[in-house]
Amino acid sequence: MEKLLEIKNLYVNYKTDEAVVHALNGFTLDVYKGETLGLVGETGAGKTTMCLSTLRLLPEDIGEVVSGSIKYNDIDIMKASKNQMRQLRGAEISMIFQDPMTSLNPIMTVGEQIREVLDLHYPDMPPKKRDTRVDDIMKLVGILPERKDQYPHQFSGGMKQRIVIAMALVSEPKLLLADEPTTALDVTIQAQILELMKALKESFNSSMVLVTHDLGIVAEFCDNVAVVYAGSVIERGSIEQVFSRVKNHPYTDGLFNCIPDLTSEAKRLTPIPGYMADASNLPKGCKFADRCVRCREKCKETEPELQEVDKGHFIKCWYADERSGET
Amino acid sequence: MSGVLVETKNLKKYFPHKLGFVHAVDDVSLKIKKGETLGVVGESGCGKSTLGRAILRLHEPTDGDVLFGGKSILHMKKGDFRKIQTNMQMVFQDPYSSLNPRMSVNELIAEPLKVCKTVTGRTAMAQKVRETMELCGLPERYNNIYPHEMDGGRRQRVGLARALVLDPQFVVCDEPVSALDVSIQAQILNLLMDMQERNNLSYMFITHDLCVVRHISNDIMVMYMGQVVEYAPKKEIFEHQAHPYTKALLSAIPTTDLSRRNRQRHVLKGEVSNPINPEPGCRFAPRCPYASDKCKEPQVLTEIAPDHFVACHECCK
Repeated sequence: MEKLLEIKNLYVNYKTDEAVVHALNGFTLDVYKGETLGLVGETGAGKTTMCLSTLRLLPEDIGEVVSGSIKYNDIDIMKASKNQMRQLRGAEISMIFQDPMTSLNPIMTVGEQIREVLDLHYPDMPPKKRDTRVDDIMKLVGILPERKDQYPHQFSGGMKQRIVIAMALVSEPKLLLADEPTTALDVTIQAQILELMKALKESFNSSMVLVTHDLGIVAEFCDNVAVVYAGSVIERGSIEQVFSRVKNHPYTDGLFNCIPDLTSEAKRLTPIPGYMADASNLPKGCKFADRCVRCREKCKETEPELQEVDKGHFIKCWYADERSGET
Repeated sequence: MSGVLVETKNLKKYFPHKLGFVHAVDDVSLKIKKGETLGVVGESGCGKSTLGRAILRLHEPTDGDVLFGGKSILHMKKGDFRKIQTNMQMVFQDPYSSLNPRMSVNELIAEPLKVCKTVTGRTAMAQKVRETMELCGLPERYNNIYPHEMDGGRRQRVGLARALVLDPQFVVCDEPVSALDVSIQAQILNLLMDMQERNNLSYMFITHDLCVVRHISNDIMVMYMGQVVEYAPKKEIFEHQAHPYTKALLSAIPTTDLSRRNRQRHVLKGEVSNPINPEPGCRFAPRCPYASDKCKEPQVLTEIAPDHFVACHECCK
């Protein structure tokens, strides 16, 4: 399969008054054409930072790419001009932000907001055609086109998220970065929105990176999954490889153990001991060593590389071959 | 019935609105036994938080009754209610906004003691605070730390310590883990269950996460737009759920179990309708795949199996 996005060894820092926060530490990830990739991790793992760096939207003066490269098709994102980036954002790569309540402009009608994308990226398109495109996409996401003259506050949370999705998809992007698109929504609405995104993604034949902290969503809606911990990908593989739980990174294993699920009869949950490593003061070896059940001397000294344990299944652990649950 | 600690009878809470009344909680009757947990599930805006608050009289109920240990707390004298109130506490959803940023952990946990005076004397109070902190997994070095210096999981431990320091018998937990990461969520759930075992606590556990509710509850109540649509022991709900809304809710949960991946999902159409002056009849009918004319009549909670109540004429046939 062809690579669409290639992130290599990316290091991103945020500078604050007190300390330098290492948000991404050697983040390496490839996204292939037509793939739906689930990006899983806890708060502060660097999922959103990865999306923002890809679009070069890191907060100015605070966020900084220290080293590494991001390539989209053949364009080097790090070296692209401002103009080139503007061409990419929204047209080729779009992003759906986490919170539909705050990512819409409250003083613009929703129709105008969707149309704005076309106005900016397709100035040559006849205005009539732009209007029909807006109507079409609204129908696709399940909102009556008659409502396009209404303002965001007149819509419910689920409806607003549909509008945000419509904005992201109206230009038929090749790559869609969805940053927790359903976290703010109820389960029944969540199911509607995810089904919708999946269908739209297929009809436009685009790739999608679905950022979430919910392993269940990944299992049901993605083809592949990448698990992020403390700013780097620690496991990458197909859903079958990762969720069959034959070989896993100890952190992935821990994540599985601490979700209450619908079938197990366990009385107590097994939480991962401790808290995530402080991103302003990272340990020198494996970032997960402190909380890890497989941790040995070697882990505290040197950081492991991503190793291929099966075809297409990568784990960043010295003892990746050990079976899940074995200690 | 013996062993029932908290009971509500046809509890109603309506909020005035310029167009009429918002029926936030409509005719809810429930029973929570000593040492057991009732899980309340529903979508946002279905009235589950209002129900929790109405039971504690944080919202004065519009109609109906709340009994605590067999006594009605709604018609009690203020002084008597104050005494009972210490037995009923609440843990709030958002550990970020429910703690006073200008108080240290020690002050935060001591505050309920100062207000309710269940323990008097400075040394006794300090002792009680120390014990509670230890129980909730807060080491002593956190004494002088302020909320902004802690992460969500530790803040939620402080929230829980504030509720438990009064040795309550009943705690309303309003989405205590939904703002937390999964690995931290498991720690807090374990802590809640340990506390229950140790102090024989009763919980009312409000959440929208069915996996969590399955883990922690004895009975489960499913609410839709202020009304109870299904109320049954946990096992019944997960194995023989009857109401179409419960079915949709259960099938909507994404699971990590790959064998369930390609199952037939009942994806609901539409969204929750307007709770202001709702029509009589089933409030779920506009989204229900089985809706018929009969749904326009008021639905009555009917017992279809022992302790299993459903408000749907279709399921009661």
